[in-house]
Amino acid sequence: MKTSDLILQTATKLILFLIVLFSVYIFFAGHYTPGGGFVGGLLTSGAILLLLLAFDMKTVQTILPFNYLYMVALGLLFAIGTGAGALLFNTPFLTHAFGDIHVPVLGELHLHTATLFDLGVYLVVVGVTMSIIQTIGGDE
Amino acid sequence: MIEIAKLIIVAFILIGAFFHLIAALGVIRLPDVYTRNHAASKAATLGVLCILLGTFLYFYFIHDHFNSRVLLGILFMFLTAPVAGHLLGRAAYHSGVKMWGQNGPDDYKEYIEIKKSEKYQEYEAYRKKIEENIKAESK
Repeated sequence: MKTSDLILQTATKLILFLIVLFSVYIFFAGHYTPGGGFVGGLLTSGAILLLLLAFDMKTVQTILPFNYLYMVALGLLFAIGTGAGALLFNTPFLTHAFGDIHVPVLGELHLHTATLFDLGVYLVVVGVTMSIIQTIGGDE
Repeated sequence: MIEIAKLIIVAFILIGAFFHLIAALGVIRLPDVYTRNHAASKAATLGVLCILLGTFLYFYFIHDHFNSRVLLGILFMFLTAPVAGHLLGRAAYHSGVKMWGQNGPDDYKEYIEIKKSEKYQEYEAYRKKIEENIKAESK
């Protein structure tokens, strides 16, 4: 019998945005408060997992058409790239740089390349957890 | 001002803890899954909301720090806990858990059986009957 899960799906549509928003917040707040790429990535994959629970795998694949293995590769590339970028400026590997940069719309920003490294961690965590879940959950 | 705020904060946190105690007692004392689920999902949610509100007010009035994450947590708990209770109750019903001391008719069972039989006319008639019942009750 086909059961109706209208309540779960409607609640998911609302709650998903809260979780994704909080995971982005956790990711960017990692420099000054508890959080960072790892927890943010886990929260994001938790949000995608909620989508997987409420809908089926094919629907989620059309909503988020990512290949999670490429996501892992991209994350590792970010991490190695920010490390190797230091070599171009004649400094040791993984030396991070920071500076106050004037961005047209946002104004003065204090930017740090450690955020890019963290973005790599974030992408790897989302990619690894989602590919584990998809491999276990899928039956083809 | 600060003293009144402290009194309100203490009241909120104590009420929250009290509701948690009530929820725990309900889970122990009530006879079947549905009534336990009812106690746990309602009373514990209200308890969490009260404690979080007390925490928010404490940091806002005493430390002068507006913590929006606690407000977001209140919203999140308020949205998710009833849905979780609903899913638990539904899963229990569909795996055949009996209700305690049931003496009324089981409308949901009747609905499921009609839906299973795939007789669309019967299904439509049943839906009309239920809608009329709801209209009659709301008047």
